[in-house]
Amino acid sequence: MSLTTTAVDALHEAAEADGDLTFDGLRLAVDDDGYRLETPASGWAGLDEAELRDALEAIPAYVTNWRYWRRSIGGEGTARQAFLRWCERAPIDGEATDRSGDGDPDERGSADREKTGATLAVPDRYEALRGGIDREWGQLSITARFVDSDGADRLPGERVYDLRHVDDADTDLADLDAYDDPRTAREIATYDEDGRYRPLKTAPTLVSGWAFTDLSGAELVEAIEFFYPATIANWHRERRGELDVDHWRGTAERQTGIYDVVDELPREAVEWMAEACCADSQCLRRREWQYDEDDDLDADGGDGRFPCREPCSLVVAAARKWAILESEAERTYELELTMSELNQLEALIDAVADGRIDEIREADVNDGANRYRARYLRAKRFDDEGSLRAREVDD
Amino acid sequence: MQALVIAAHGSHLNPDASDPTYAHADRVRETGAFDEVREAFWKEEPHFREVIRTLESDEVFVVPLFISEGYFTERVIPRELRLEKWDPDLWESDGTEASDATLEASDVDKTIHYCGPIGTHDAMTDVIVQRAESVTGDPGVGEGVGLAVVGHGTDRNENSAKAIEYHTERIRERGRFDEVRALFMDEEPEVDDVTDYFESEDVVVVPLFIADGYHTQEDIPEDVGLTEDYTTGWDVPAEVDGHRIWYAGAVGTEELTADVVLERTADAGADIGDAVDEIRARVRSATDGDGGSGRADTNAGAGD
Ligand code: SF4
Repeated sequence: MSLTTTAVDALHEAAEADGDLTFDGLRLAVDDDGYRLETPASGWAGLDEAELRDALEAIPAYVTNWRYWRRSIGGEGTARQAFLRWCERAPIDGEATDRSGDGDPDERGSADREKTGATLAVPDRYEALRGGIDREWGQLSITARFVDSDGADRLPGERVYDLRHVDDADTDLADLDAYDDPRTAREIATYDEDGRYRPLKTAPTLVSGWAFTDLSGAELVEAIEFFYPATIANWHRERRGELDVDHWRGTAERQTGIYDVVDELPREAVEWMAEACCADSQCLRRREWQYDEDDDLDADGGDGRFPCREPCSLVVAAARKWAILESEAERTYELELTMSELNQLEALIDAVADGRIDEIREADVNDGANRYRARYLRAKRFDDEGSLRAREVDD
Repeated sequence: MQALVIAAHGSHLNPDASDPTYAHADRVRETGAFDEVREAFWKEEPHFREVIRTLESDEVFVVPLFISEGYFTERVIPRELRLEKWDPDLWESDGTEASDATLEASDVDKTIHYCGPIGTHDAMTDVIVQRAESVTGDPGVGEGVGLAVVGHGTDRNENSAKAIEYHTERIRERGRFDEVRALFMDEEPEVDDVTDYFESEDVVVVPLFIADGYHTQEDIPEDVGLTEDYTTGWDVPAEVDGHRIWYAGAVGTEELTADVVLERTADAGADIGDAVDEIRARVRSATDGDGGSGRADTNAGAGD
């Protein structure tokens, strides 16, 4: 990689302005005997300007790395910058660089590990960026890499980003639909594989078969904002220990209008609701909200990369339904069923709850949720009005 | 840096409900007037609750993509945005005069300019007229033509009728159309009897709704008598009781609506350069060019 003089000029200028510049292992200070330049592996002191330029030419990775982050990306302390640095395993906000190089520490569900996290120092990162550094964000696979060629508009050390579905990580690009406008992400995210609307953007039902290539850092963040809105902002807050979690009680009590009733949902129903809606199989966010500040729910919050800081609108809308349903009194019914028929009811509920209906083979009459089995049960046990022949038992 | 947030209702059931929001946001994006433009929703993501934190700008202009002042603009949006010192009195409005209020959101360190809804801005009058032009395909539409501005009515929001009447009166004063009437779905005068209220043979019916959905694509076409069954569609124009009715669904889908969004932010102090002219010029060349499609898109599903 050749180093353009513009990057050296910019760095020199910044050092003159700052007096002392430190970034990603690079330190450039101006003192009475000239310039002092340091990297973890080398150091110079007492340089005049010409010597400084020569020295900088000897450490091109540090120079272009500084230029990329300080000039192309910018935004110190922003979620955008932190996220893009995370993409290439760069240390974030002064977090320590881990040089143990222990393979791939950062795959799903490793929020804790991520915090301690295997980040890469500049030389190792530059080596890795040549081949591309992959990261997973929900069902998204992100590859950070250097641009293929340095041209007039492609500065040395400039990164680009490819974005695709994790299921397509190993698929040839030519076999995927290629896009370059981040706004296309809105359309891709609207329907699932069966053409059904996805009201919850973090449902694990994102379709595959597409790819965004050569995105700039800003475009990558924009695309992710459309796929998984606000996930970067909340992830960033969480890393800084600033995630503001709004628990169920507060959220429920705040509701007005037709949602006013949700705060009547009993605590145990909130538990069932979290178990039903916020599991990894239904939502890629990791539920951080609890019943109340000092009252945790037993339901597992999941292992998602990005936190859920408050019940979402879908859960609030469902809670309204459950609040109304839970206000009904329980009664005792008597109905005739064989043991197998009782088991079959359980199989039916499980199949619907797990979204397994489409997988049940036509002729698999051993499965209680098989359509013929369900139709047979209905033919046998329903009355002319289409209801189960159940009799309410008086106390 | 300044950002725009377009705050809309959205839907858990109908993916088309957010289309106008995205379309207007994109139009504003293309003018480059704001460093950041973000859509936010009550029923979709990003939720009102989380949108401001996704922005880097210190100055944020929030424009509700709603027709009238009321429950959503006065209670839900400010509450969900955590505009703690919000009070509807800050707008000093009797239902159609809201302009903007400047507040802080309690979870972020930013200045929020909370604007009135697009539906009550004066520029919306032009959008209604523009709608009549695009549905008839006639940039000079007016003479010998009646215009019906249709609203929901008072059962949901007492200010909803005010917004409809406000624009009706403004259009009437311009004297461009022979007759202008405000009609409603749930109160008198009712849109069902649209032909009773007009002498003109040609009547343009413009529903003052943000997005197409159940009301604009099912109820109104059937109530007006454009079709017996909305699923079979309708002609534009359609013959009803000796009148020709021109109908093309929610006014909020009209391209010029992006202009109202911008006007709201400009009133609140945003620096938008000549973005308004840019959008107007684009809309004008589109209308003059192909004369409008003159046909309703009838395939939108029901909203929730
Ligand atoms: S409330 Fe539950 S379902 Fe909704 S976004 Fe959070 S974790 Fe997902």
